[in-house]
Amino acid sequence: MSTIIGVVTFPGSLDDRDAVRAVSRAGATAVRLWHGDADLHRVDAVILPGGFSYGDYLRCGAIARFSAVMETIIDAAKGGLPVLGICNGFQILCEAHLLPGALTRNQSLHFRNRDQRLRIGSTASAWTNAYVPGQEILIPLKSGEGCYVANAHTLDELEVDDRVIARYLGDNPNGSQRDIAGIRNEAGNVVGIMPHPEHAIDPLTGPSVDGLGFFASVLGYLARGPAKPPPGMEAVAASGVVGSGSGPAGFGPAGSGPANSVPALRSAATA
Amino acid sequence: MARVVVDVMLKPEILDPQGQAVASALPRLGISGVSSVRIGKRIEIEFAGEPNLEGARVIADRLLANLVIEDFVVRVEDTTEEPE
Repeated sequence: MSTIIGVVTFPGSLDDRDAVRAVSRAGATAVRLWHGDADLHRVDAVILPGGFSYGDYLRCGAIARFSAVMETIIDAAKGGLPVLGICNGFQILCEAHLLPGALTRNQSLHFRNRDQRLRIGSTASAWTNAYVPGQEILIPLKSGEGCYVANAHTLDELEVDDRVIARYLGDNPNGSQRDIAGIRNEAGNVVGIMPHPEHAIDPLTGPSVDGLGFFASVLGYLARGPAKPPPGMEAVAASGVVGSGSGPAGFGPAGSGPANSVPALRSAATA
Repeated sequence: MARVVVDVMLKPEILDPQGQAVASALPRLGISGVSSVRIGKRIEIEFAGEPNLEGARVIADRLLANLVIEDFVVRVEDTTEEPE
């Protein structure tokens, strides 16, 4: 059975269709989820897409965080459901406190729209395991409030625990502290990234196909299960991924099922 | 009518590029000597009956301010005309 990935549409979401396309391109089945529907419809993973949910009123992501679907996603993410937040989705994950820190106005005050080089950091996440640490990728960035901030203690912790999944290369486009472009939670199932991997999955429409690795990663992750559950998380891992139809049966060695496709996609992403 | 006012400000250590942009425009107004401008939000919440200060604090704490980057102050504002 094909892996099912839900893509949430909030009022003001912009990149939900591209996220759906990226999911299909990676070989999974995409299901549209609606912000007002608390039911996750048995999806194996969730993507919070880019855009301007609720018009970015109050703060980016602040109102979306209280939507019906987010209440369910927050609980499921704490139970291990893989969740990827892109751009506005990253802002929502921070507002929901599933990820630390916050995203603030670009230091330049300019909206930045360009193809952005990134260096992949941690690959110990549901959404980055198809990359190799240190790999350079090129994906579009388009945001006005992409400046990642957190207190020094949190930033140190992110670095020590290898939780920075990508950093900006070249000029820092928005003033993000320590050039942070994306981070993961402790368990590795929740990832937020400011640039847009879903716009870099097809040479016809994107600057590269480097973004495909995010979507290939979650397929491998769901097929194998979390590689190394952190201390205290064994119970969660053993109970299988929340909402997954595969359950513990999916915890076979790499090389069976969808995991097969990951090395191929990795080389594609490196090309 | 009872009005509760919530002031939300970026924490002092968080850079405020909007405030900086305003500050840098001030010399053009002919006003000098301004060392800093910070921009925040003022939210007015009106209650049907008595002002619910505790409720307003919950609203501010959970939604109006992001405590990672912002602080808030809640106060009741007297909106009644002179008492009869």
